[in-house]
Amino acid sequence: MTDTAADLSTLVAAACAEIAESQNVEQLEAIRVRLLGKKGEITARLKALGSMDPETRRVAGAKINEAKEKLQTAIEERRAQLEEELLARQLASETVDVTLPGRGQRIGGLHPVTRVRRRIEQIFKSAGFQIADGPEIEDDWHNFEALNIPANHPARAMHDTFYFPDGRLLRTHTSPVQVRVMERQKPPVRVIVPGRVYRCDSDMTHTPMFHQVEGLVVDEGISFANLKAILHSFMRALFEKDVKMRLRPSYFPFTEPSAEVDISCVSCGGSGCRVCKNTGWVEVAGCGVVHPNVLRAVGIDTERYTGYAFGMGIDRLTMLRYNVNDIRMYFENDLRFLRQFA
Amino acid sequence: MRISLDWLRDWVDVGSDVAELAHALTMAGLEIEGVHRAGPELNGVVVGEVLAVEKHPNAEKLSICRVSDGREQLQIVCGAPNVRAGMKAPLAKIGAVLPNGVTIKQAKLRGVDSFGMLCSAKELALAEDANGLYELPATLTVGAPLSEALALNDTILEVNLTPNRGDCMSVLGLAREVAAIRRTPLRNPAQARVEAVIDETFPVRLEAPEACSKFVGRVIKGVTPDARSPFWMQERLRRAGIRPINAVVDVTNYVMLELGQPMHAYDLSSLRGAVVVRHARAGETLTLLDGRTVELTPDVLVIADEHTVLGMAGVMGGENSGIRATTTDVFLEVAYFDPDSIAGRGRRYGLITDASQRFERGVDPELQERASERATQLLIECAGGQPGPLHVVRHEVPVRDPIRLRHKRVQRVLGAAISADEVADCLRRLQIELREASSDGATAWLAVPPSWRFDLRIEEDLIEEVARLYGYDNIPETPAPTFEMVAPFTEARVSNERAADVLVDRGYQEAITYSFTDARAQEELCGDAGLALQNPISAELGAMRVSLWPGLIEALRQNQRRQQTRVRLFEIGRRYASEDGAETEVIAGLAAGPRMPEQWDVQEVMVDFFDVKADVEALLTLTGAKDEFRFVRAEHPALHPGQSARILRGDRPVGWLGALHPRHVQRLDLTYPAVLFELETASALAARVPAYAEISKYPAIRRDIAPIVDEDVASEAVMQVVRTSAGTLLKDLDILSVYSGPQIEKGKKSIALALVLQDTSRTLTDSEADAVVARILESLRRELNARIRE
Repeated sequence: MTDTAADLSTLVAAACAEIAESQNVEQLEAIRVRLLGKKGEITARLKALGSMDPETRRVAGAKINEAKEKLQTAIEERRAQLEEELLARQLASETVDVTLPGRGQRIGGLHPVTRVRRRIEQIFKSAGFQIADGPEIEDDWHNFEALNIPANHPARAMHDTFYFPDGRLLRTHTSPVQVRVMERQKPPVRVIVPGRVYRCDSDMTHTPMFHQVEGLVVDEGISFANLKAILHSFMRALFEKDVKMRLRPSYFPFTEPSAEVDISCVSCGGSGCRVCKNTGWVEVAGCGVVHPNVLRAVGIDTERYTGYAFGMGIDRLTMLRYNVNDIRMYFENDLRFLRQFA
Repeated sequence: MRISLDWLRDWVDVGSDVAELAHALTMAGLEIEGVHRAGPELNGVVVGEVLAVEKHPNAEKLSICRVSDGREQLQIVCGAPNVRAGMKAPLAKIGAVLPNGVTIKQAKLRGVDSFGMLCSAKELALAEDANGLYELPATLTVGAPLSEALALNDTILEVNLTPNRGDCMSVLGLAREVAAIRRTPLRNPAQARVEAVIDETFPVRLEAPEACSKFVGRVIKGVTPDARSPFWMQERLRRAGIRPINAVVDVTNYVMLELGQPMHAYDLSSLRGAVVVRHARAGETLTLLDGRTVELTPDVLVIADEHTVLGMAGVMGGENSGIRATTTDVFLEVAYFDPDSIAGRGRRYGLITDASQRFERGVDPELQERASERATQLLIECAGGQPGPLHVVRHEVPVRDPIRLRHKRVQRVLGAAISADEVADCLRRLQIELREASSDGATAWLAVPPSWRFDLRIEEDLIEEVARLYGYDNIPETPAPTFEMVAPFTEARVSNERAADVLVDRGYQEAITYSFTDARAQEELCGDAGLALQNPISAELGAMRVSLWPGLIEALRQNQRRQQTRVRLFEIGRRYASEDGAETEVIAGLAAGPRMPEQWDVQEVMVDFFDVKADVEALLTLTGAKDEFRFVRAEHPALHPGQSARILRGDRPVGWLGALHPRHVQRLDLTYPAVLFELETASALAARVPAYAEISKYPAIRRDIAPIVDEDVASEAVMQVVRTSAGTLLKDLDILSVYSGPQIEKGKKSIALALVLQDTSRTLTDSEADAVVARILESLRRELNARIRE
């Protein structure tokens, strides 16, 4: 008995050492089969219990089962350990340099003028404006006559107009769309008109094509005070700053009273800088109460309805918003410029 | 317009703070664009007197002068041709710094010491004239600092006048505004009548009374020929930007600047018969003061005598009747011209003159007598002479109708609670006469604007005047009442924003190119030169674009020159039909260079037709109706004939896709070729509102087939046959591969297709699927002569 017992404990000790030294799951499995498999050493000893007398069987059986459990535990622990190590090795081998850039297509970007145009549209939409549109190749009536600018009017000198041989022209402002909107829609009217406009002028600060956005509101009881309110709230929203605004009397044939709109310089906050030529103010729009002649030209009762209109240079607002200092950059389409606004 | 503050002070109290005055004028609508000193500081430059001049022993053109600076005599070497003993001239003493930065030092000129410098007007930045020393009036005190002696401490205001304010194009006009703004009286100097010394007049005939209803003529005889105007007058003219010429011309300019009345002086001896104001006769010509001969049209008003046209009325005089160096007898014309008869005429001949700018905006019709008296007075002071009587020829001059102004309307238009008293006060300050004309308890006035205010015609004009003086800043900011109206918001069109965003997300950068382009380059690229502009900025921008491609390709070219190898650009904008300019909005783009940005672990492959086609298809997919679009092989002058497709929606062409023709790639010297597309937004981006279709609960069966067809059979045709013959069970059809090569016969290609078959009401059996495939194969054989690979 003692021999058998000593034999078993030797076996267990040797097996435990072997388990601990196993290098992989396969080795470990081979050990498990040799000890605990159907023909394993421990299994064989358990089978041999059947031929023993009950008392001996009870004692020896307990011992063998104890040894079996011990070996099973050792194997499971070692297996877990080996699997852990295996996973660790796998993970180590799969480690990537997370600082490498992502693979694939890269995103492009919108033109800065489009970015600002979209902002303008969103802001005015939120105030109940609709977006209207009109032709760029215009007739004299819509671009000038209907806007109270007759043929020899000195104000025409301010519009260096591109003409076509048939007498039509490239619109010099978005204002003709005012007329077109009122020709097809009775008041109340509340629209903005963003679009391309053209003047025969090209130098450091002028491009022969640029973008304007026109605003027009015609309804009962619309006043100059309403115009001031919408413009000021728009400027605050566009620049996300509490900009100051002032209106200066000016002259446009199609508004009366008319005003130029200045805002406190968004670059220096009004203390004076290159952008505002040290005046603290930058001119951003022209506006006014719609001239009765314009309303009459489209058959609107000027006693019942009044309106206001404004026009702004989108390119100019874009310069102020993004600190662009050369207006000619807009149409050179230099990718190094465009990518800055992606 | 530039105006001297000293001159303005003659007419009105301008206060002591120039910045405040400038601000007040600006906020009243007379924008002051600049405020600057009349002249440079000129420290160390004094009035010098040349006492003696002798020739330099070693230099032909130099003189050695003895010059007094008021305290001592200095030896100065001078090269000016007009230097002479007894003259007064600016003397820059040693240590003086001239406006051009030069510091005056003691110097030796050809061996002779010079202790200072005598200066020209140009060297002192006082005028452009560099011909010799600036001769100063003899009345100046020798040794006095020049800036004091010349009153250079004056301030110049630069006024940017709006076209409606012709009445402000004078010292008097601005003074009136200052008086109104500052609530201070106008110092309106009384104009004395000049008594006639002789009784000669020259006959004047007004043959176009509606265009010229008043003409004030005056003969002045015995004027000193070629007299100079006094220094103070020249200085005021200079400060206004007008070059002094001679006494007669300077006086007419001076009065124009002061009162706003342009006038013209003739050499009386050159006038024959009578002065006639009439419209030009067809074909009549006139040689202008600038030497050009122009042909006149009958809507141009002219001043003529009995023989010839003397000048374009209100614009410019003629060459042959003006004041000459020998003129002793002068005929002075001071007329009122109707603005509409002058407007635009000068501009037509490229003439924008001081006179035309004033007349076309309107000159006070009551000003002519006064202006003539003023000019005569000044002329006699400057050049002597014997004046004849004021000879006024007139018809009806325009009178102003009163304008009805309602207090309520003022408040309504401005949205400000301005009281009736404030309204009346503002208008009276502008010398608008008001008569109370209230009715039914509503306050109203009948307002008569002064004769010089051509811009005040209707009630709104007066409301603006009220607002201007009341102050735009004092009008509140009041939001308009909210506006409850739902705007149309369609789902039947993919928005341009959405389309742009898709391209941006696929790596495209938005560009904005000019709507006009080079006609020849466009002709070459698109086979259509485009609608030409009559007055383009340059030939490169001479015609309206018929496609966005010329602009985008130019942008590509420029970017490649800037070492940008990978370029993807798009633009949304209009193209213009060359026949009638009809505008069509399109979305166009191009891609060139590597398909992917250069990066690790991605092999560099150049972009090709199918890369860009995928981008176009992405756009078309947005419509929810991709099945309506087809790509059909077609040729376009810009595109590679084997790699270009017309894009059809149903049967309607909506765009193009293709590789740039290699000829253009070479011609334009492009580093990498480009693939281009252009889609009409209205037709290509019209969207289908989604409608739910039931999802089948039953499993699908997949079958792959690989028909072999002739090389030139379009895959689209194969797909079409498969779709038609498959019937409703075909749920999905994809091309897996296209093969041509050694495995199959020459001139053929194999197209592998994946078919997904499914029924919505039951599970499809294999034999049913086999039947569908057999039907498809049969159709392919019959219609496309396809062979099926075993």
